[in-house]
Amino acid sequence: MTATPAKPASAVAPPAPAHDLAHAFKDALFSALLALGLFGVIMGLKTEQEPTGLILEQHWERVLWAVGIVFVGRLVLNLTIWRRPGGKLDDLMPKGLQKYGGSTGTAIGVILIAVALTLPFLPGAERYHVDLGTLVLTYVMLGWGLNIVVGLAGLLDLGYVAFYAVGAYSYALLASYFDLGFWACLPLAFILACFWGIILGFPVLRLRGDYLAIVTLAFGEIIRVVLLNWSEFTGGPNGIGQIPRPSFFGLEFSRGDDGFAAYFGLEFSSMHRIIFLYYVILVLAFVTHLVSVRLRKLPIGRAWEAMREDEIACRSLGLSIVRTKLTAFAIGAGFGGLAGAFFATRQGFISPESFTFIESALILAIVVLGGMGSQLGVAIAAVVMIGGFEYFREFEQYRMLVFGMMMVLIMVWRPRGLVSSRAPSVYLKERKKVGADMVSQGHG
Amino acid sequence: MSQAMLDVSGVKTYYGNIVALRGVDVTVNQGEIVTLIGANGAGKSTLMMTIFGKPQAREGSITYMGEDITRMPTHKIARLSIAQSPEGRRIFPRMTVFENLQMGAAITDGTHFQSDLEKVFAFFPRLKERMHQRGGTLSGGEQQMLAIARALMSRPKLLLLDEPSLGLAPLIVKQIFESLKTLNEQDGLTVFLVEQNAYHALKLAHRGYVMVNGLITMTGGGRELLAKEEVRAAYLEGGRH
Repeated sequence: MTATPAKPASAVAPPAPAHDLAHAFKDALFSALLALGLFGVIMGLKTEQEPTGLILEQHWERVLWAVGIVFVGRLVLNLTIWRRPGGKLDDLMPKGLQKYGGSTGTAIGVILIAVALTLPFLPGAERYHVDLGTLVLTYVMLGWGLNIVVGLAGLLDLGYVAFYAVGAYSYALLASYFDLGFWACLPLAFILACFWGIILGFPVLRLRGDYLAIVTLAFGEIIRVVLLNWSEFTGGPNGIGQIPRPSFFGLEFSRGDDGFAAYFGLEFSSMHRIIFLYYVILVLAFVTHLVSVRLRKLPIGRAWEAMREDEIACRSLGLSIVRTKLTAFAIGAGFGGLAGAFFATRQGFISPESFTFIESALILAIVVLGGMGSQLGVAIAAVVMIGGFEYFREFEQYRMLVFGMMMVLIMVWRPRGLVSSRAPSVYLKERKKVGADMVSQGHG
Repeated sequence: MSQAMLDVSGVKTYYGNIVALRGVDVTVNQGEIVTLIGANGAGKSTLMMTIFGKPQAREGSITYMGEDITRMPTHKIARLSIAQSPEGRRIFPRMTVFENLQMGAAITDGTHFQSDLEKVFAFFPRLKERMHQRGGTLSGGEQQMLAIARALMSRPKLLLLDEPSLGLAPLIVKQIFESLKTLNEQDGLTVFLVEQNAYHALKLAHRGYVMVNGLITMTGGGRELLAKEEVRAAYLEGGRH
């Protein structure tokens, strides 16, 4: 008997084994059964108000549809995506985001920056796009600011919008009471927001996690309610209008002879100011980014990260938790204040309406979805979320639905945010990355 | 007799209304290894934490090199060249080994950082191999080494260790205790060690204290305590050694 060399098994892709199909069927059938139980009564029976009283309408065809969709959908998914080797939903994510190796991340970052820099001059860019870009950048900046508090220092802040409001009102009030210009008010807004950050920081020094979240949530509401009710000072629900626009080194964006357009010999266009505002927020966002990246490398940034990991260990190493926490709150708040001042000057009108809890939630969602502590992730998340909001504006009713679904999907795919690995802030010879999922959160 | 480096006298600590320490006296002299043994819930860790000011002692006093530290905030105590490796290691899991060590040196001015780094790497070569790995991905023994190394990075004169053997294989425990001995003999580092692993701890220590229910019940030389019938019965029986 001569031994024939066995063919390498991998040469021919084996056909899907029969039991696989059977298993898929079984699974789909089970899901359909579940769907029947779930939808049967909810969709199949409907009460109608009739003159004679309540009657029960029957809509079994709807149930049939729902169950059918579940069955077919489950079957198809079982036979396609979930069957692939290592078949996880992960595979559906773009490879670049999955790995976020150094090069991919840098490439995405560079492309994003290039687009951001040239956006107003790209072909086909209209006022709408520049306006949208400004809005997105505002949220990128807010996200980066909150990232300092939540991502680096690990303090869950649900009231971040309060600092946004403080910044906006600082500028609006300083401008209307003292006639100060935008550029003078910008640092003042930063400082005032920092102070408010410290004011929030003191009572919450001993709190962590859920308790901290509740207090910050309340703080956000307190600021808004005070702004709403202190009518003689803040204008209450009427807000503050006619907030002066920023000037370009003293040149107003006006039609007059001493305006920006006339000075540079350009034809007057309302776009000039829009584009200028766009670049202002771009610069502010960059400043936020650079500062937070640099801070991470400084002892204080390292102390924030260490505090996020373990407060007791920090104390035993001689770090003052009071100082560490307060600086995190103050600096995070300061950037919120800067963004707020910008918001006020862009809108020209602010009212407490703009600073509701949903804004805080949105900024926090950007930070969490982007991957806490990751600068690029936050930027991508802001683009997707705010851009997505705009994109789905026509589907007004379904917007929140899509938003919610997106959140759920991202949390299923990337439980630690889009960019979940954290690069070491310092390294000796080479930079290595370890996926955050390899480490259990907050435990040794 | 050298002067007492750390002097705990008549310390009473409470958790709310529950008394944890009922008047504890412990002295640690310069250059010694002193161990505190006792059963679960005897108050060993509480004493350790009280020395570090969290919780603070309600009565009694704690002095370090003649300075009263009873009411001092924790981070200030840490700056007095007392280093502490708290119970459960408490390394920073998502920071690398190197960053963890950097945090250990947070209170120094950084001039000796490189040489200190090399020194702790000489003691724990494993840490050097794992320098860029995250703390949380280390094994238990490596994490304990990291916790001790991190404490050493602050150039302490007194090292407080809370249960370094917790959850470690006997071989690793031996290794860690060996390095403590070397540190003590070579660098004159004073060590105050809280342990449940009474056998190893007493063998290593110059002197030992036995704590029961928040009180020191026995004291003496390490070997001397090890030979005592009561100690053997209470903490060493079970046939392991």
